[in-house]
Amino acid sequence: MELLVASAVGILTAAGVYLILRRRSFPVILGLSLLTYAVNVFLFATGRLATGAPPILNKYEEVAYTDPLPQALVLTAIVISFGMTAVVVMIALGAYLSSLDDRTAMPAEPDGAGDDA
Amino acid sequence: MSLFLIAALPFLGAVFPALLIRAGRNAAASAAGLTTLLAFIGLMLHIPAVFRGETVYAAVDWLPALGVNAHFFLDGLGFLFAAMILGIGLLIILYARYYLSREDPMGQFYSYLLLFQGAMVGIVLSDNILLLLVFWELTSLSSFLLIGYWKHLPEGRQGARMALTVTGSGGLAMIAGMLMLGHIAGSYDLSVILQNKEAIQSSDLYLPALILILLGAFTKSAQFPFHFWLPHAMAAPTPVSAYLHSATMVKAGLFLMARLWPVLAGTPEWFYIVATTGLVTMLVGAVIALFKDDLKALLAFSTVSHLGLITMLLGFGTKIAAVAAVFHIINHATFKAALFMTAGIVDHEAGTRDIKRLGGLRHLMPVTFTIGMVAALSMAGIPPLNGFLSKEMMLEETAHTIWNGSHLIVPALATVAALFSAAYSFRFIAHVFLGRKRDDYPGHPHDPNTGMWIGPAFLVVLVVLIGLASAKIAGPMVATAAGAVTGGGELPYYSLKLWHGLTPALYMSVAATIGGLALLALHAPLQRIWNAMPRPEAKTIFDALIGAFTRLSQFVTEGLHNGVLTRYAAIMVAFTVAVGYFAYRGGALGTETRQLQEPGMLPVVGWFALVVATLFIVAKHRNRLLALVLIGVVGLVVSMAFNYLSAPDLALTQISVEVVTIILMLLALNFMPKETPVETPALARLRDGAISVVAGLGAGGLIYALLMRDFAFPTISDFHLANSYKGGGGTNVVNVILVDFRGYDTFGEIIVLGIAAMVIFALTEAVLASKVRAYLLNRKPDLPQAGDSHPLMMVVATRVMMPLALMVAAYIFFRGHNLPGGGFIAGLVAAIAIIMQYMASGFAWATERQRYPYHAIIGSGVLIAAATGMGAWFNGMPFLTSDFGYIHWPPLEEFEWATAALFDLGVFLAVVGAVLLALESLSRFAWQPGMSTEHAMDINPARDEAVKTGTEG
Repeated sequence: MELLVASAVGILTAAGVYLILRRRSFPVILGLSLLTYAVNVFLFATGRLATGAPPILNKYEEVAYTDPLPQALVLTAIVISFGMTAVVVMIALGAYLSSLDDRTAMPAEPDGAGDDA
Repeated sequence: MSLFLIAALPFLGAVFPALLIRAGRNAAASAAGLTTLLAFIGLMLHIPAVFRGETVYAAVDWLPALGVNAHFFLDGLGFLFAAMILGIGLLIILYARYYLSREDPMGQFYSYLLLFQGAMVGIVLSDNILLLLVFWELTSLSSFLLIGYWKHLPEGRQGARMALTVTGSGGLAMIAGMLMLGHIAGSYDLSVILQNKEAIQSSDLYLPALILILLGAFTKSAQFPFHFWLPHAMAAPTPVSAYLHSATMVKAGLFLMARLWPVLAGTPEWFYIVATTGLVTMLVGAVIALFKDDLKALLAFSTVSHLGLITMLLGFGTKIAAVAAVFHIINHATFKAALFMTAGIVDHEAGTRDIKRLGGLRHLMPVTFTIGMVAALSMAGIPPLNGFLSKEMMLEETAHTIWNGSHLIVPALATVAALFSAAYSFRFIAHVFLGRKRDDYPGHPHDPNTGMWIGPAFLVVLVVLIGLASAKIAGPMVATAAGAVTGGGELPYYSLKLWHGLTPALYMSVAATIGGLALLALHAPLQRIWNAMPRPEAKTIFDALIGAFTRLSQFVTEGLHNGVLTRYAAIMVAFTVAVGYFAYRGGALGTETRQLQEPGMLPVVGWFALVVATLFIVAKHRNRLLALVLIGVVGLVVSMAFNYLSAPDLALTQISVEVVTIILMLLALNFMPKETPVETPALARLRDGAISVVAGLGAGGLIYALLMRDFAFPTISDFHLANSYKGGGGTNVVNVILVDFRGYDTFGEIIVLGIAAMVIFALTEAVLASKVRAYLLNRKPDLPQAGDSHPLMMVVATRVMMPLALMVAAYIFFRGHNLPGGGFIAGLVAAIAIIMQYMASGFAWATERQRYPYHAIIGSGVLIAAATGMGAWFNGMPFLTSDFGYIHWPPLEEFEWATAALFDLGVFLAVVGAVLLALESLSRFAWQPGMSTEHAMDINPARDEAVKTGTEG
């Protein structure tokens, strides 16, 4: 089980980084999403893996519980990553519509641009 | 009056002129004047105590652990400066009322002036040096605003920038020096620091601290080689020059040296740095001043020279020199402010302040002439005026000073400086007022109205009175202030009088006066020689330096930050991997303490689906729609994995976030190209692939190593598990952590989420307000459109499902405290229920029926969460402490209530609002005019029927 999770994290990370290194905004967003999965699973797994032991207290008998803290952390991370993805998507869309170009590299500045005259 | 109030009054008063300017210029000026007067009276109430030699304290501890406290104190020195700042401030406010023209924004001027005044008063009353530093920086900032007040003049803007750069960098150095000083003394309170002379002077940090503090003082007080900013600051309106650049701000550096005199002075380092700098400044300033044709430039360099004089006196380190310094501070403030105001009057009435175009004004402006002449004679050091007295004392001191073994060098140079000082003062009188009346003045010179000359006249009366009866009028003030400078103890014998007998100082004075007259007579040929001489121009050097710095930072910035995102990402990933590898090599990996768990069939299938989907995404990412579908597969597997691995809350959250994310990306993709072209060469792709494989191996290896070992330290989760029910009243530990144990984090998180949604909304507004709007309206869809964009089946199904979905959300919300669920998940589910309406019935139709703006929903969510948290205060508990209990209403079963549920409601609303605002903003790109808000469906049998029978309303 540990091998499966670790290798999944590795593959998701590799795929995410590769897509982030592309030259267009949409693949970069896809890469960010993949990287988000990888990071969330990574953080979740720091609580170690357990099956059938959800951290829901059982009033009637003594049972084992998995670590609840990473879960709370990841829960907020998932929601925040939605906010982040939405902002990035919006920026990418706005940039594309304004210039009809979705390359992520800035075009070379003409000489003298940005000088404080 | 409390010292707090005195320091705060100018700041409070700064609001009024800006507001009252609508009621007229007199109202604004009166408001400024009255606040200053009030503070001045408050200060005067402390006269008895201060003159008895007592120190008045006012203290409130703010951050005692850091030594940052609002401690104020008032002793002789502070009183002298505060009185000068507020007293001359009053005169300047009156003068400026008549000086500024109708076009100048006067309310703004008085507001800036009062801000500056408050900062200055703060400096001189601060006991805590960290507080003092804050006020110090405030004077730099407010003087920047004042110097650049005439925004339309390039000289004003450049002068303001130069002043800020020089005094600001000096201030930064001073912060470091002050922190060292506080570190040595073990306290940041001046009253403690001033008691620790031995500890400070014997410390290794004494010299660095001294140099850094002096850098701050020298830049502020325009000492050589930092003097150049002061003449350029003369681009400010004359009231500003008279106030900041003669009487107050440039004296702040002197004040600081005087304040720290008891602990810093008396060492050879202090003597050679401070006295030498002062001597050089005095000489250089005096020589340059003689050759300036601009009246204000002449006065500016003379100010530089006089500041040098006072610095030199403080540098001597003897008590009697300190007395002379204090006395000259008073005298200089009186005659120099009067001279600046005179120059302003000349400029105002004659239309120019170029000395070459003036002369003979005594016939036309007798009152101004009298004022200017008396003040200038005082500056030249002519008896019986006050300038003579302190100059005598200064010369007397130099006669006793040995510099590097030489008895002669200091008195000789001081006499030369005094000679030039006399010469430029005479020139001020002779070339402006004396001589023949001319007929080519740019304006029509005449005496101004009383309001303008009454201020300088008052100062000139002081000049004469202090000169004639110095011991009576200035004596007690000088004694109290000098006592404070020298740190208590007996002051040596001195007497403030005109005639001391035939002392060396008298001979030096006579020589300076005669020499000054001779220089004035020879001025024309000397000026020609001066003009022909090559001189370093401070502004050129400064601009070149700044230019070099700008180019350097541009070079560094552009080298690192060239606008290629790919490069940043590659550098960041490679660097992270390298750091990880370094850490791995540097430490030892413990032994594995856990066993591999045997996976069942289901996890293997899920893993397989995830890996295949991920690899397909990489291979087929150029087909963007396909990649999106595959991302969905990955998200689904991840949420199933969460569920399998005992995290039902995460599974629910992940799957609902998945839905909104995919919808969001589809909305964006609608307007973007559907294909990614092949751009990078195979080699570059190989390199990127190598980087990503290494990063993947690193991340996978790290988590594998972690998974095979137990926790290195005892986990805090046991506390949460043990107290979740007892302390938080809930059995779902994850939810209790979110809304109770770590409620603060969650509170911050919903705010972040709300901000993200607002950013999206604001960006949409900005983009749609640009030319993009026209592009979108004329855009032809690049894919074939559905024949029926709002199919009947979907519209009906979503409307039926809406109440059901909302009920599910409510159910998930309420059970959240004890079973998987809670505000986050319920919020996402509710948001999806509403999004379905947008999708099925269309944006226009849904918007028409939207009752509350999403911003308000986000805001109310945050407010409810905050209010719940604050509720704990009324219980005497810290923010966000939750409470719970059980209620039993007879026919019902006993149930639990918890304030945490109310907090969760805030989370719920914030999530709903943020998700919907984000998606609604993106949907607005698709809006087209003429979209129906009445009928969702294009094909609607009921409507066709109604049209036929005419029953539709």
